[in-house]
Amino acid sequence: MRRGLFFYLNLAFTLVVCAFLIVPVVLSVMAGVTENFFHGIRSGVTLRWLVEVWDLYAGTVYLSLAIALACLVCDLLLGVPAAYVLAKKSGRAARMIEETIVLPVAIPGLAIALALIVTYGGIREFRASWLFILVGHVLYTMPFMVRSVLAVLSSFDFRTLEEGAASLGATFWQRFRTIILPNCRTGILAGSLMVVTLSVGEFNLTWMLHTPLTKTLPVGLADSYASMRLEIGSAYTLVFLIMILPLLVALQLYGQPRQPKAKPIDEPDSETAAPGPAAAAARPTT
Amino acid sequence: MTDHIETTSVRLVDCAKTFPDGTRALQPVSLEIAGGETVVLLGPSGCGKTTTLRIIAGLEAPDAGGAVLFGDEDVTAEPIERRNVGMVFQSYALFPNMNVAENIAYGLTVRKTAEAEKRRRVGEMLDMMQIGELAQRRIDQLSGGQRQRVALARAIAVRPRVLLLDEPLTALDALLRERLRVEIDALLRGLGITAVYVTHDQAEAMALGDRIVVMNSGVVAQTGTPREIYYRPADSFVADFIGTINRVRGTVVNGEIRTDGGALPWHGPDTGEIEVLFRPEDVAVVASDRAQLRGRVESIYFLGDRTKVLLSGIGDHPVVVEMTGRDTLSVGTEIGLAVNPDVLLKIS
Repeated sequence: MRRGLFFYLNLAFTLVVCAFLIVPVVLSVMAGVTENFFHGIRSGVTLRWLVEVWDLYAGTVYLSLAIALACLVCDLLLGVPAAYVLAKKSGRAARMIEETIVLPVAIPGLAIALALIVTYGGIREFRASWLFILVGHVLYTMPFMVRSVLAVLSSFDFRTLEEGAASLGATFWQRFRTIILPNCRTGILAGSLMVVTLSVGEFNLTWMLHTPLTKTLPVGLADSYASMRLEIGSAYTLVFLIMILPLLVALQLYGQPRQPKAKPIDEPDSETAAPGPAAAAARPTT
Repeated sequence: MTDHIETTSVRLVDCAKTFPDGTRALQPVSLEIAGGETVVLLGPSGCGKTTTLRIIAGLEAPDAGGAVLFGDEDVTAEPIERRNVGMVFQSYALFPNMNVAENIAYGLTVRKTAEAEKRRRVGEMLDMMQIGELAQRRIDQLSGGQRQRVALARAIAVRPRVLLLDEPLTALDALLRERLRVEIDALLRGLGITAVYVTHDQAEAMALGDRIVVMNSGVVAQTGTPREIYYRPADSFVADFIGTINRVRGTVVNGEIRTDGGALPWHGPDTGEIEVLFRPEDVAVVASDRAQLRGRVESIYFLGDRTKVLLSGIGDHPVVVEMTGRDTLSVGTEIGLAVNPDVLLKIS
């Protein structure tokens, strides 16, 4: 097929845009492994800064992962049943609750954090613990889990499936476990990846909610940008990218609606094509 | 089928249904279904047939005062999962997260049936429905007819007391529908199971039902065997809904009904204005000297095995006549009709 001038113009434009977005990331990563940023890459390549970042900030990485996982557990336990109930009820009250759950997406993180501090800040142990940050993260990520599961639930007639299971003698819990959950798998997976990704990268809320003893990775990142050598900040960014990239790749792989593929007959796995939410990139924070 | 299924009778007593928004989907209905009988609930959409089925199933509760009995047991308060019914849905409701064998086994799995017994029963069902080679297939790899068979097998596998079928053939094309109808009929006879079958298709109802319950606007219009329903419709709704029927208006004078298109013999005691009904197949096209009625051919539909002819000039509505054979007619000609007076129906 012959391609015209228009195609090459498009290609060039796309490449320029890609470069515009990617070059800063590459430069930042390179800065993290350069001996001395001001003398450029010729000054030598080193892992020294990475080691130093790890010595200084390993705790923030662990805390971020712990909060992300705890946040995921909370979202699964609260969000999946909530989505199921919201999908089942059609009344005005259900829609209002749905809107309320989604509201934190529209409110600036700082405002949510402030509200939490004003309301619960007085409870000293709670304020000082990482659980305070967890509450903020759960509020902020819940809509993504609920929406994701709701989207799958609306893609198949789960009420009739449930009636079918009930006619065969299945109790409510049996139906929920063997019919609803397995058929929501894609939505739950997509929601989970989104929740972990967002929680790991969350800065706005966390910056307000953290204490010197409860610093997460993005807060530590801001801290290092403000007070450390540029190389350390860049190396820290590299650590963040290493953590977040696999999640983003997984999100692309599992979080998208997929065309049902013709699969070998004996493959037990079934794929309900489920519209996943658009992948929102985790925001490297500055 | 080697296993004997004990038959259960079903009784509905004054079951009405009012939805939360206040609409009355079903006026109080009482219905008795004998053990082993196949009853078809027939009617247009919104007539309450599906609601009735869902009340029998336990998916809807009847309004206060209604009762559902399986045999002597009052199951009104029992939810569907404790009624031991088998249900086939219009959309089949097969579980996409399970393969065919797992779908069929589902009812046994939730009952915690022993593995060996479960395997035996699933095998039996696969054989009976002739879908053995599909056992490991996923649901989205099945055709409509195959899904239908799996849905039936799944419903029967638990040896239900009552088999409930909600428009199970509606989603299929005409040819397949015809074939599966014959299969379902053979299956229901073979199992001797009590079955309630909902449809809006009168041909399906006639072919499958021991008895037909014709419903209209939440009320039972008539209950009877297919023959009774067809030949002695209780009211004009049933007459119009089942098959094609002609209506002719006239005045009774001296033992005949005088109409615009001629006179029909009438043995009834009536006098004055009357409307009589008759089926197209009960009308004979005859030479004009023997004709009781005369009409002008308005349109002709050649259907292959027969020809449907619409005649005008006999009443307000065109009269439908069916002719077999290869004679041809042309639009505009006048033809004579004779109707056997014994088949004339009068509906008050």
